[in-house]
Amino acid sequence: MQAIEVRDVWRIFKGKDGVVEALKGVNLEVKKGEIFGLLGPNGAGKTTLIRILTTLLLPTRGEAYVLGHDVTKEENKIRPLINMVSGGEYSGYGLLTVQENIWMFSQLYGIPSQEAKKKIKKLAEELGFENILKKKVRTLSTGQRQKMNIARGFITDPQIIFLDEPTLGLDVEVARDIRNFIKMWIMENPDRTVFLTTHYMHEAEIMCDRIAIINYGKIVAIDTPENLKKMVGKEYALIMNVQPKIELGWINDIDGVINYLAKDVEGGIKIRMIASKEEAIGEVVEGILKRNAKIVYLNKEEPTLEDVFLKLTGRGLE
Amino acid sequence: MRNFLRAIKGRAYPRVVGALREPSWMFWDTFLPLLSISAYVFVYRALHAPKEFEGFVIIGGIMTAYWLSVLWGMASQFYWEKETGNLQQYLMAPAPLESILAGMALGGMFATTVRVVAILILGTLIFQVEMTVSNLPLLILIFIITLFALYSMGMMFASLFLLWGREAWVMSTLFQEPIYFLSGQNFPVKALGPIVAAIASIIPLTLGLDAMRQLIFPQSLPWALMSPWIELIFLSLLSVIFLILAIIFLKKMEWIGKTKGTILTRWL
Repeated sequence: MQAIEVRDVWRIFKGKDGVVEALKGVNLEVKKGEIFGLLGPNGAGKTTLIRILTTLLLPTRGEAYVLGHDVTKEENKIRPLINMVSGGEYSGYGLLTVQENIWMFSQLYGIPSQEAKKKIKKLAEELGFENILKKKVRTLSTGQRQKMNIARGFITDPQIIFLDEPTLGLDVEVARDIRNFIKMWIMENPDRTVFLTTHYMHEAEIMCDRIAIINYGKIVAIDTPENLKKMVGKEYALIMNVQPKIELGWINDIDGVINYLAKDVEGGIKIRMIASKEEAIGEVVEGILKRNAKIVYLNKEEPTLEDVFLKLTGRGLE
Repeated sequence: MRNFLRAIKGRAYPRVVGALREPSWMFWDTFLPLLSISAYVFVYRALHAPKEFEGFVIIGGIMTAYWLSVLWGMASQFYWEKETGNLQQYLMAPAPLESILAGMALGGMFATTVRVVAILILGTLIFQVEMTVSNLPLLILIFIITLFALYSMGMMFASLFLLWGREAWVMSTLFQEPIYFLSGQNFPVKALGPIVAAIASIIPLTLGLDAMRQLIFPQSLPWALMSPWIELIFLSLLSVIFLILAIIFLKKMEWIGKTKGTILTRWL
Protein backbone atom coordinates (compact mmCIF):
# COMPACT_ATOMS: atom_id res chain seq x y z
CA MET A 1 0.00 0.00 0.00
CA GLN A 2 1.24 3.47 -0.91
CA ALA A 3 1.22 6.29 1.64
CA ILE A 4 -0.54 8.55 -0.88
CA GLU A 5 -2.18 7.84 -4.22
CA VAL A 6 -3.65 10.58 -6.37
CA ARG A 7 -5.42 9.62 -9.58
CA ASP A 8 -6.50 12.21 -12.10
CA VAL A 9 -7.53 14.73 -9.46
CA TRP A 10 -9.14 17.98 -10.60
CA ARG A 11 -10.17 20.83 -8.41
CA ILE A 12 -12.21 23.64 -9.86
CA PHE A 13 -13.23 26.68 -7.82
CA LYS A 14 -16.14 28.85 -8.80
CA GLY A 15 -15.53 32.29 -7.35
CA LYS A 16 -16.73 35.85 -7.82
CA ASP A 17 -14.11 36.37 -10.50
CA GLY A 18 -15.01 33.28 -12.50
CA VAL A 19 -13.82 29.70 -12.64
CA VAL A 20 -10.33 28.73 -11.48
CA GLU A 21 -8.89 25.32 -12.34
CA ALA A 22 -6.49 24.88 -9.42
CA LEU A 23 -5.65 21.24 -10.20
CA LYS A 24 -5.89 19.72 -13.67
CA GLY A 25 -5.66 15.94 -13.60
CA VAL A 26 -2.94 15.42 -11.01
CA ASN A 27 -1.48 11.91 -10.70
CA LEU A 28 1.12 10.89 -8.16
CA GLU A 29 2.12 8.16 -5.75
CA VAL A 30 4.10 8.59 -2.55
CA LYS A 31 5.78 5.61 -0.92
CA LYS A 32 5.90 5.06 2.82
CA GLY A 33 9.15 6.31 4.33
CA GLU A 34 9.70 8.97 1.68
CA ILE A 35 10.22 12.68 2.02
CA PHE A 36 8.23 13.67 -1.02
CA GLY A 37 8.42 17.21 -2.30
CA LEU A 38 5.90 19.17 -4.32
CA LEU A 39 7.78 22.01 -5.92
CA GLY A 40 6.09 24.87 -7.67
CA PRO A 41 5.62 28.65 -7.62
CA ASN A 42 2.86 30.44 -5.72
CA GLY A 43 -0.55 29.62 -7.17
CA ALA A 44 0.60 26.36 -8.78
CA GLY A 45 -1.90 24.25 -6.80
CA LYS A 46 0.31 22.96 -3.97
CA THR A 47 -1.93 24.06 -1.10
CA THR A 48 -5.06 22.88 -2.90
CA LEU A 49 -3.59 19.39 -3.27
CA ILE A 50 -2.52 19.34 0.39
CA ARG A 51 -5.99 20.40 1.47
CA ILE A 52 -7.52 17.56 -0.52
CA LEU A 53 -5.11 15.06 1.02
CA THR A 54 -5.76 16.37 4.54
CA THR A 55 -9.56 15.99 4.03
CA LEU A 56 -10.22 19.74 4.15
CA LEU A 57 -11.36 19.92 0.54
CA LEU A 58 -13.01 17.50 -1.85
CA PRO A 59 -11.67 16.94 -5.34
CA THR A 60 -14.02 18.04 -8.10
CA ARG A 61 -13.05 14.91 -10.06
CA GLY A 62 -10.68 12.00 -9.56
CA GLU A 63 -9.64 9.88 -6.61
CA ALA A 64 -7.17 10.33 -3.78
CA TYR A 65 -6.16 7.85 -1.10
CA VAL A 66 -4.19 8.43 2.08
CA LEU A 67 -2.83 5.22 3.63
CA GLY A 68 -5.38 3.35 1.54
CA HIS A 69 -8.35 5.44 2.72
CA ASP A 70 -10.48 7.43 0.31
CA VAL A 71 -10.29 11.17 1.12
CA THR A 72 -13.88 11.70 0.03
CA LYS A 73 -15.49 9.01 2.19
CA GLU A 74 -13.12 7.99 4.97
CA GLU A 75 -11.95 11.22 6.54
CA ASN A 76 -12.57 9.79 10.02
CA LYS A 77 -10.00 7.06 9.33
CA ILE A 78 -7.49 9.47 7.81
CA ARG A 79 -7.57 12.30 10.37
CA PRO A 80 -6.07 10.43 13.35
CA LEU A 81 -3.17 9.31 11.12
CA ILE A 82 -2.07 12.66 9.72
CA ASN A 83 -1.16 16.18 10.71
CA MET A 84 -0.23 19.37 8.92
CA VAL A 85 1.89 22.44 9.53
CA SER A 86 1.82 25.46 7.25
CA GLY A 87 4.36 28.21 6.85
CA GLY A 88 3.41 31.62 8.24
CA GLU A 89 0.78 29.96 10.39
CA TYR A 90 -0.72 31.95 13.26
CA SER A 91 -2.77 29.23 14.91
CA GLY A 92 -3.00 29.05 18.68
CA TYR A 93 -3.87 31.52 21.39
CA GLY A 94 -1.60 34.41 22.34
CA LEU A 95 -2.53 34.28 25.99
CA LEU A 96 -1.37 30.68 26.40
CA THR A 97 2.22 29.65 26.89
CA VAL A 98 3.98 27.63 24.21
CA GLN A 99 3.60 24.46 26.28
CA GLU A 100 -0.10 25.07 26.92
CA ASN A 101 -0.73 25.81 23.28
CA ILE A 102 0.83 22.58 22.02
CA TRP A 103 -0.91 20.67 24.80
CA MET A 104 -4.27 22.17 23.80
CA PHE A 105 -3.96 20.93 20.23
CA SER A 106 -2.77 17.50 21.44
CA GLN A 107 -6.06 17.14 23.31
CA LEU A 108 -7.96 17.23 20.01
CA TYR A 109 -6.11 14.02 19.12
CA GLY A 110 -6.93 12.36 22.45
CA ILE A 111 -3.37 12.25 23.80
CA PRO A 112 -3.38 11.82 27.61
CA SER A 113 -2.15 14.99 29.36
CA GLN A 114 0.96 13.51 31.02
CA GLU A 115 2.05 11.82 27.81
CA ALA A 116 1.52 15.07 25.91
CA LYS A 117 3.65 17.02 28.39
CA LYS A 118 6.53 14.52 28.08
CA LYS A 119 6.33 14.70 24.30
CA ILE A 120 6.31 18.50 24.33
CA LYS A 121 9.51 18.51 26.41
CA LYS A 122 11.20 16.06 24.05
CA LEU A 123 10.14 17.97 20.92
CA ALA A 124 11.27 21.26 22.45
CA GLU A 125 14.70 19.78 23.12
CA GLU A 126 14.97 18.39 19.61
CA LEU A 127 13.86 21.64 17.98
CA GLY A 128 15.82 23.80 20.42
CA PHE A 129 13.07 25.83 22.07
CA GLU A 130 13.07 24.51 25.67
CA ASN A 131 13.81 28.05 26.87
CA ILE A 132 10.52 29.45 25.59
CA LEU A 133 8.12 26.75 26.78
CA LYS A 134 6.74 29.04 29.50
CA LYS A 135 6.64 32.10 27.25
CA LYS A 136 3.28 33.44 26.08
CA VAL A 137 2.64 32.77 22.39
CA ARG A 138 1.89 36.42 21.63
CA THR A 139 5.47 37.36 22.57
CA LEU A 140 7.16 34.90 20.18
CA SER A 141 9.24 35.78 17.14
CA THR A 142 8.27 34.30 13.75
CA GLY A 143 10.94 31.61 14.03
CA GLN A 144 9.99 30.62 17.58
CA ARG A 145 6.36 30.49 16.55
CA GLN A 146 7.11 28.20 13.62
CA LYS A 147 9.13 25.84 15.82
CA MET A 148 6.11 25.68 18.12
CA ASN A 149 3.88 24.91 15.11
CA ILE A 150 6.22 22.16 14.00
CA ALA A 151 6.04 20.63 17.49
CA ARG A 152 2.24 20.87 17.32
CA GLY A 153 2.25 18.90 14.08
CA PHE A 154 4.63 16.19 15.25
CA ILE A 155 3.25 15.68 18.77
CA THR A 156 0.48 13.46 17.42
CA ASP A 157 3.12 11.11 15.97
CA PRO A 158 1.47 11.16 12.53
CA GLN A 159 1.91 8.43 9.94
CA ILE A 160 2.06 11.18 7.33
CA ILE A 161 2.99 14.76 8.08
CA PHE A 162 1.99 17.39 5.53
CA LEU A 163 4.27 20.41 5.56
CA ASP A 164 3.01 23.31 3.48
CA GLU A 165 5.91 25.72 2.91
CA PRO A 166 7.18 25.05 6.47
CA THR A 167 10.16 27.41 6.26
CA LEU A 168 8.37 30.29 4.54
CA GLY A 169 9.78 33.63 5.67
CA LEU A 170 12.14 32.13 8.27
CA ASP A 171 15.75 33.11 8.79
CA VAL A 172 18.44 30.70 7.63
CA GLU A 173 19.21 29.30 11.07
CA VAL A 174 15.62 28.48 12.06
CA ALA A 175 14.91 27.02 8.62
CA ARG A 176 17.99 24.80 8.99
CA ASP A 177 16.90 23.63 12.49
CA ILE A 178 13.49 22.70 11.14
CA ARG A 179 14.91 20.85 8.13
CA ASN A 180 17.35 18.94 10.34
CA PHE A 181 14.55 18.00 12.71
CA ILE A 182 12.40 16.66 9.86
CA LYS A 183 15.30 14.60 8.49
CA MET A 184 16.07 13.16 11.94
CA TRP A 185 12.41 12.33 12.48
CA ILE A 186 12.15 10.33 9.27
CA MET A 187 15.44 8.56 10.05
CA GLU A 188 14.16 7.53 13.47
CA ASN A 189 10.73 6.62 12.05
CA PRO A 190 11.44 5.03 8.68
CA ASP A 191 7.84 3.88 8.22
CA ARG A 192 6.51 7.47 8.34
CA THR A 193 6.08 9.79 5.38
CA VAL A 194 6.68 13.50 4.84
CA PHE A 195 4.77 15.36 2.15
CA LEU A 196 6.43 18.72 1.71
CA THR A 197 5.43 21.61 -0.49
CA THR A 198 7.88 24.38 -1.14
CA HIS A 199 8.90 26.93 -3.68
CA TYR A 200 12.47 26.94 -2.34
CA MET A 201 14.37 24.72 -4.77
CA HIS A 202 17.31 24.39 -2.39
CA GLU A 203 15.00 23.05 0.29
CA ALA A 204 13.43 20.54 -2.10
CA GLU A 205 16.85 19.46 -3.29
CA ILE A 206 18.42 18.80 0.11
CA MET A 207 15.31 17.38 1.78
CA CYS A 208 13.44 15.23 -0.68
CA ASP A 209 13.85 11.67 -1.89
CA ARG A 210 11.57 12.46 -4.82
CA ILE A 211 10.10 15.64 -6.17
CA ALA A 212 7.04 16.41 -8.24
CA ILE A 213 7.13 19.68 -10.13
CA ILE A 214 3.74 21.35 -10.39
CA ASN A 215 2.85 24.23 -12.65
CA TYR A 216 -0.60 25.76 -13.19
CA GLY A 217 -2.25 22.72 -11.56
CA LYS A 218 -0.41 20.10 -13.61
CA ILE A 219 2.43 17.81 -12.58
CA VAL A 220 5.12 18.32 -15.21
CA ALA A 221 7.75 15.93 -13.82
CA ILE A 222 8.29 13.48 -10.94
CA ASP A 223 11.65 11.97 -10.09
CA THR A 224 14.59 12.09 -7.70
CA PRO A 225 16.38 15.47 -7.53
CA GLU A 226 19.41 13.90 -9.30
CA ASN A 227 17.35 12.51 -12.16
CA LEU A 228 15.44 15.75 -12.53
CA LYS A 229 18.68 17.67 -12.81
CA LYS A 230 19.88 15.21 -15.45
CA MET A 231 17.05 16.54 -17.60
CA VAL A 232 19.21 19.60 -18.16
CA GLY A 233 22.48 17.69 -17.74
CA LYS A 234 23.55 17.95 -21.36
CA GLU A 235 22.54 21.55 -21.54
CA TYR A 236 24.20 24.74 -20.42
CA ALA A 237 22.95 26.63 -17.39
CA LEU A 238 24.31 30.15 -17.37
CA ILE A 239 24.09 33.13 -15.05
CA MET A 240 24.82 36.60 -16.41
CA ASN A 241 24.70 40.04 -14.86
CA VAL A 242 24.17 42.74 -17.47
CA GLN A 243 24.36 46.52 -17.05
CA PRO A 244 22.40 48.62 -17.79
CA LYS A 245 18.96 47.01 -18.04
CA ILE A 246 18.05 46.20 -21.63
CA GLU A 247 15.09 44.64 -23.42
CA LEU A 248 15.62 40.87 -23.79
CA GLY A 249 12.81 39.54 -25.99
CA TRP A 250 15.26 38.80 -28.82
CA ILE A 251 17.03 36.06 -26.77
CA ASN A 252 14.20 33.62 -27.48
CA ASP A 253 14.84 33.96 -31.22
CA ILE A 254 18.38 32.63 -30.91
CA ASP A 255 18.71 29.06 -32.06
CA GLY A 256 19.70 26.83 -29.12
CA VAL A 257 18.22 28.94 -26.29
CA ILE A 258 15.72 26.74 -24.44
CA ASN A 259 14.50 29.28 -21.91
CA TYR A 260 15.68 32.24 -19.89
CA LEU A 261 14.63 34.07 -16.78
CA ALA A 262 15.39 37.74 -16.13
CA LYS A 263 15.38 39.48 -12.76
CA ASP A 264 16.01 43.16 -12.10
CA VAL A 265 19.04 43.84 -9.94
CA GLU A 266 20.66 47.09 -8.89
CA GLY A 267 21.85 48.91 -12.01
CA GLY A 268 20.96 46.17 -14.42
CA ILE A 269 19.53 42.73 -14.95
CA LYS A 270 20.36 39.16 -13.91
CA ILE A 271 19.74 36.52 -16.58
CA ARG A 272 19.47 32.79 -15.95
CA MET A 273 19.52 30.89 -19.23
CA ILE A 274 19.44 27.32 -20.44
CA ALA A 275 20.88 26.62 -23.86
CA SER A 276 21.23 23.41 -25.80
CA LYS A 277 24.21 24.58 -27.89
CA GLU A 278 27.40 26.31 -26.86
CA GLU A 279 27.14 28.58 -29.90
CA ALA A 280 23.95 30.08 -28.50
CA ILE A 281 25.91 31.52 -25.58
CA GLY A 282 28.20 33.39 -27.96
CA GLU A 283 25.24 34.79 -29.85
CA VAL A 284 23.58 35.99 -26.65
CA VAL A 285 26.80 37.68 -25.49
CA GLU A 286 27.16 39.32 -28.89
CA GLY A 287 23.54 40.50 -28.79
CA ILE A 288 24.01 42.10 -25.39
CA LEU A 289 27.16 43.93 -26.45
CA LYS A 290 25.48 45.08 -29.66
CA ARG A 291 22.84 46.79 -27.49
CA ASN A 292 25.52 48.86 -25.74
CA ALA A 293 25.33 46.89 -22.50
CA LYS A 294 28.18 45.17 -20.73
CA ILE A 295 28.36 41.77 -19.08
CA VAL A 296 29.72 42.26 -15.55
CA TYR A 297 29.43 38.61 -14.56
CA LEU A 298 29.12 35.38 -16.52
CA ASN A 299 29.25 31.88 -15.12
CA LYS A 300 28.33 28.40 -16.24
CA GLU A 301 26.68 26.55 -13.37
CA GLU A 302 25.74 23.00 -12.47
CA PRO A 303 22.05 22.63 -13.32
CA THR A 304 19.71 23.16 -10.37
CA LEU A 305 16.05 22.35 -9.90
CA GLU A 306 15.34 25.94 -10.85
CA ASP A 307 16.86 25.20 -14.26
CA VAL A 308 14.69 22.09 -14.52
CA PHE A 309 11.67 24.19 -13.69
CA LEU A 310 12.71 26.86 -16.16
CA LYS A 311 13.19 24.29 -18.89
CA LEU A 312 9.85 22.61 -18.25
CA THR A 313 7.66 25.63 -17.65
CA GLY A 314 9.44 28.68 -19.00
CA ARG A 315 9.11 30.52 -15.70
CA GLY A 316 10.89 30.83 -12.37
CA LEU A 317 9.98 29.45 -8.98
CA GLU A 318 10.03 32.63 -6.89
CA MET B 1 -16.05 9.32 24.65
CA ARG B 2 -12.78 9.91 26.52
CA ASN B 3 -11.33 11.62 23.45
CA PHE B 4 -14.48 13.72 23.11
CA LEU B 5 -14.06 14.91 26.71
CA ARG B 6 -10.34 15.58 26.19
CA ALA B 7 -11.18 17.79 23.22
CA ILE B 8 -13.74 19.69 25.32
CA LYS B 9 -11.17 20.17 28.07
CA GLY B 10 -8.53 21.28 25.58
CA ARG B 11 -10.71 23.90 23.90
CA ALA B 12 -12.17 25.16 27.18
CA TYR B 13 -8.69 25.69 28.61
CA PRO B 14 -7.75 28.95 26.80
CA ARG B 15 -10.94 30.59 28.07
CA VAL B 16 -10.50 29.41 31.64
CA VAL B 17 -6.90 30.61 31.63
CA GLY B 18 -7.92 33.85 29.91
CA ALA B 19 -10.37 34.63 32.70
CA LEU B 20 -7.73 34.24 35.38
CA ARG B 21 -4.51 35.33 33.68
CA GLU B 22 -5.40 38.93 32.86
CA PRO B 23 -6.66 40.73 35.99
CA SER B 24 -7.05 44.00 34.08
CA TRP B 25 -9.61 42.36 31.76
CA MET B 26 -11.52 41.18 34.80
CA PHE B 27 -11.57 44.71 36.20
CA TRP B 28 -12.91 46.32 33.01
CA ASP B 29 -15.37 43.49 32.34
CA THR B 30 -16.87 44.12 35.78
CA PHE B 31 -16.57 47.89 35.98
CA LEU B 32 -18.11 48.76 32.60
CA PRO B 33 -21.33 46.70 33.01
CA LEU B 34 -21.67 48.19 36.50
CA LEU B 35 -21.61 51.66 34.97
CA SER B 36 -24.38 50.70 32.58
CA ILE B 37 -26.41 49.16 35.43
CA SER B 38 -25.91 52.30 37.55
CA ALA B 39 -27.38 54.52 34.84
CA TYR B 40 -30.66 52.57 34.79
CA VAL B 41 -30.81 52.28 38.58
CA PHE B 42 -30.54 56.08 38.90
CA VAL B 43 -33.25 56.57 36.26
CA TYR B 44 -35.61 54.25 38.18
CA ARG B 45 -34.77 56.04 41.44
CA ALA B 46 -35.46 59.41 39.85
CA LEU B 47 -38.84 58.13 38.66
CA HIS B 48 -39.61 56.60 42.11
CA ALA B 49 -40.13 53.22 40.47
CA PRO B 50 -40.69 50.18 42.72
CA LYS B 51 -37.44 48.98 44.36
CA GLU B 52 -37.57 45.62 42.55
CA PHE B 53 -36.95 47.44 39.26
CA GLU B 54 -33.41 48.17 40.44
CA GLY B 55 -33.04 44.43 41.02
CA PHE B 56 -34.41 43.80 37.50
CA VAL B 57 -31.54 45.89 36.13
CA ILE B 58 -28.89 43.97 38.08
CA ILE B 59 -30.27 40.58 36.98
CA GLY B 60 -30.57 41.97 33.42
CA GLY B 61 -26.97 43.17 33.59
CA ILE B 62 -25.55 39.83 34.64
CA MET B 63 -27.54 37.85 32.09
CA THR B 64 -26.47 40.33 29.40
CA ALA B 65 -22.87 39.43 30.21
CA TYR B 66 -23.71 35.88 29.12
CA TRP B 67 -25.39 37.18 25.96
CA LEU B 68 -22.26 39.15 25.09
CA SER B 69 -20.16 36.06 25.73
CA VAL B 70 -22.43 34.06 23.40
CA LEU B 71 -22.25 36.69 20.66
CA TRP B 72 -18.57 37.58 20.78
CA GLY B 73 -17.16 34.38 22.22
CA MET B 74 -19.31 31.76 20.49
CA ALA B 75 -21.14 33.10 17.43
CA SER B 76 -18.16 35.06 16.08
CA GLN B 77 -15.61 32.53 17.20
CA PHE B 78 -15.32 30.36 14.08
CA TYR B 79 -14.76 33.53 12.09
CA TRP B 80 -11.82 34.53 14.32
CA GLU B 81 -10.57 30.95 14.33
CA LYS B 82 -10.61 31.00 10.53
CA GLU B 83 -8.66 34.25 10.45
CA THR B 84 -5.94 32.90 12.75
CA GLY B 85 -5.73 29.48 11.10
CA ASN B 86 -7.15 27.56 14.06
CA LEU B 87 -10.28 26.53 12.15
CA GLN B 88 -8.18 24.54 9.70
CA GLN B 89 -6.62 22.67 12.64
CA TYR B 90 -10.03 22.02 14.17
CA LEU B 91 -11.52 20.76 10.90
CA MET B 92 -8.57 18.44 10.32
CA ALA B 93 -8.36 17.02 13.85
CA PRO B 94 -10.09 13.71 14.64
CA ALA B 95 -12.10 15.41 17.43
CA PRO B 96 -15.66 16.20 16.33
CA LEU B 97 -16.42 19.89 15.86
CA GLU B 98 -19.24 19.51 18.38
CA SER B 99 -16.66 18.80 21.10
CA ILE B 100 -14.73 21.92 20.13
CA LEU B 101 -17.87 24.06 20.30
CA ALA B 102 -18.82 22.46 23.62
CA GLY B 103 -15.34 23.31 24.93
CA MET B 104 -15.74 26.91 23.78
CA ALA B 105 -19.15 27.09 25.48
CA LEU B 106 -17.98 25.62 28.79
CA GLY B 107 -14.88 27.81 28.84
CA GLY B 108 -17.00 30.85 27.95
CA MET B 109 -19.51 30.06 30.70
CA PHE B 110 -16.74 29.77 33.27
CA ALA B 111 -15.03 33.00 32.21
CA THR B 112 -18.34 34.90 32.20
CA THR B 113 -19.48 33.44 35.51
CA VAL B 114 -16.34 34.79 37.20
CA ARG B 115 -17.31 38.29 36.00
CA VAL B 116 -21.00 37.82 36.69
CA VAL B 117 -20.40 36.87 40.32
CA ALA B 118 -18.35 40.06 40.77
CA ILE B 119 -21.08 42.19 39.12
CA LEU B 120 -23.81 40.55 41.22
CA ILE B 121 -22.01 41.04 44.54
CA LEU B 122 -20.93 44.62 43.82
CA GLY B 123 -24.29 45.61 42.28
CA THR B 124 -26.26 44.21 45.22
CA LEU B 125 -24.01 45.84 47.79
CA ILE B 126 -23.75 49.25 46.11
CA PHE B 127 -27.48 49.62 45.39
CA GLN B 128 -28.71 47.76 48.49
CA VAL B 129 -31.00 45.50 46.48
CA GLU B 130 -32.89 42.93 48.53
CA MET B 131 -33.40 39.51 46.98
CA THR B 132 -35.90 37.02 48.35
CA VAL B 133 -35.50 33.76 46.50
CA SER B 134 -38.80 31.90 46.63
CA ASN B 135 -37.66 28.60 45.06
CA LEU B 136 -33.88 28.14 44.97
CA PRO B 137 -33.75 24.74 43.20
CA LEU B 138 -36.07 26.04 40.44
CA LEU B 139 -34.01 29.24 40.15
CA ILE B 140 -30.79 27.23 39.71
CA LEU B 141 -32.47 24.92 37.19
CA ILE B 142 -33.82 27.83 35.15
CA PHE B 143 -30.43 29.57 35.27
CA ILE B 144 -28.65 26.43 34.00
CA ILE B 145 -31.22 25.73 31.27
CA THR B 146 -31.12 29.38 30.18
CA LEU B 147 -27.34 29.17 29.83
CA PHE B 148 -27.66 25.88 27.97
CA ALA B 149 -30.19 27.40 25.55
CA LEU B 150 -28.12 30.57 25.12
CA TYR B 151 -24.88 28.73 24.36
CA SER B 152 -26.68 26.31 22.04
CA MET B 153 -27.91 29.38 20.19
CA GLY B 154 -24.30 30.59 20.09
CA MET B 155 -23.18 27.25 18.64
CA MET B 156 -25.82 27.58 15.95
CA PHE B 157 -24.70 31.12 15.10
CA ALA B 158 -21.04 30.03 14.99
CA SER B 159 -21.61 28.08 11.77
CA LEU B 160 -24.25 30.50 10.41
CA PHE B 161 -21.99 33.55 10.74
CA LEU B 162 -19.34 31.71 8.73
CA LEU B 163 -21.84 30.58 6.10
CA TRP B 164 -23.23 34.08 5.67
CA GLY B 165 -19.70 35.12 4.91
CA ARG B 166 -19.96 38.56 6.52
CA GLU B 167 -17.50 40.10 8.88
CA ALA B 168 -18.38 38.47 12.19
CA TRP B 169 -18.16 41.68 14.19
CA VAL B 170 -20.80 43.27 11.96
CA MET B 171 -23.16 40.37 12.61
CA SER B 172 -22.48 40.46 16.35
CA THR B 173 -23.11 44.19 16.50
CA LEU B 174 -26.36 43.71 14.56
CA PHE B 175 -27.56 41.17 17.10
CA GLN B 176 -26.38 43.00 20.20
CA GLU B 177 -28.67 46.00 20.73
CA PRO B 178 -31.97 44.54 19.46
CA ILE B 179 -31.60 41.63 21.86
CA TYR B 180 -30.99 44.01 24.77
CA PHE B 181 -34.31 45.59 23.89
CA LEU B 182 -36.34 42.48 23.08
CA SER B 183 -35.16 40.47 26.06
CA GLY B 184 -36.13 43.23 28.48
CA GLN B 185 -32.64 43.64 29.82
CA ASN B 186 -33.54 46.68 31.91
CA PHE B 187 -37.33 46.45 32.15
CA PRO B 188 -40.01 43.75 32.43
CA VAL B 189 -40.60 42.39 28.94
CA LYS B 190 -44.38 42.39 29.50
CA ALA B 191 -44.20 46.17 29.00
CA LEU B 192 -43.62 45.51 25.27
CA GLY B 193 -47.16 44.12 24.96
CA PRO B 194 -48.22 40.46 24.56
CA ILE B 195 -47.41 40.08 20.83
CA VAL B 196 -43.89 41.49 20.92
CA ALA B 197 -43.22 39.68 24.21
CA ALA B 198 -44.36 36.38 22.65
CA ILE B 199 -42.09 36.90 19.62
CA ALA B 200 -39.22 37.87 21.92
CA SER B 201 -39.67 34.59 23.76
CA ILE B 202 -37.73 32.73 21.11
CA ILE B 203 -34.70 34.40 22.67
CA PRO B 204 -33.73 32.31 25.69
CA LEU B 205 -32.60 35.45 27.49
CA THR B 206 -36.18 36.82 27.53
CA LEU B 207 -37.72 33.77 29.18
CA GLY B 208 -34.77 33.18 31.49
CA LEU B 209 -34.78 36.76 32.73
CA ASP B 210 -38.53 36.80 33.25
CA ALA B 211 -38.50 33.54 35.20
CA MET B 212 -35.50 34.44 37.34
CA ARG B 213 -36.91 37.87 38.21
CA GLN B 214 -40.13 36.25 39.41
CA LEU B 215 -38.20 33.82 41.59
CA ILE B 216 -35.84 36.46 43.05
CA PHE B 217 -38.34 39.29 43.48
CA PRO B 218 -41.74 37.71 44.32
CA GLN B 219 -43.30 41.20 44.50
CA SER B 220 -42.72 41.52 40.72
CA LEU B 221 -45.33 38.85 39.85
CA PRO B 222 -47.73 41.36 38.24
CA TRP B 223 -45.01 42.00 35.65
CA ALA B 224 -44.48 38.31 34.88
CA LEU B 225 -44.95 37.05 31.34
CA MET B 226 -45.89 33.51 32.32
CA SER B 227 -45.26 30.99 35.09
CA PRO B 228 -41.59 30.04 35.67
CA TRP B 229 -42.49 26.36 35.15
CA ILE B 230 -43.92 27.07 31.70
CA GLU B 231 -40.90 29.19 30.92
CA LEU B 232 -38.68 26.29 32.01
CA ILE B 233 -40.47 24.00 29.54
CA PHE B 234 -40.05 26.51 26.70
CA LEU B 235 -36.41 27.06 27.60
CA SER B 236 -35.80 23.29 27.55
CA LEU B 237 -37.46 23.06 24.14
CA LEU B 238 -35.39 25.97 22.82
CA SER B 239 -32.21 24.30 24.13
CA VAL B 240 -32.93 21.11 22.22
CA ILE B 241 -33.99 22.95 19.03
CA PHE B 242 -30.91 25.20 19.02
CA LEU B 243 -28.63 22.27 19.74
CA ILE B 244 -30.08 20.22 16.88
CA LEU B 245 -29.86 23.22 14.54
CA ALA B 246 -26.27 23.84 15.68
CA ILE B 247 -25.30 20.28 14.72
CA ILE B 248 -27.10 20.55 11.35
CA PHE B 249 -25.45 23.89 10.50
CA LEU B 250 -22.09 22.58 11.63
CA LYS B 251 -22.35 19.69 9.17
CA LYS B 252 -23.59 22.08 6.50
CA MET B 253 -20.67 24.45 7.10
CA GLU B 254 -18.16 21.60 6.89
CA TRP B 255 -19.78 20.30 3.72
CA ILE B 256 -19.80 23.71 2.03
CA GLY B 257 -16.21 24.23 3.13
CA LYS B 258 -15.17 20.97 1.48
CA THR B 259 -17.20 21.22 -1.70
CA LYS B 260 -17.08 24.93 -2.54
CA GLY B 261 -13.86 25.65 -0.69
CA THR B 262 -15.25 28.96 0.53
CA ILE B 263 -14.66 28.42 4.23
CA LEU B 264 -10.87 28.16 4.21
CA THR B 265 -9.93 29.65 0.85
CA ARG B 266 -9.49 33.40 1.30
CA TRP B 267 -9.48 34.47 -2.35
CA LEU B 268 -12.88 32.96 -3.20
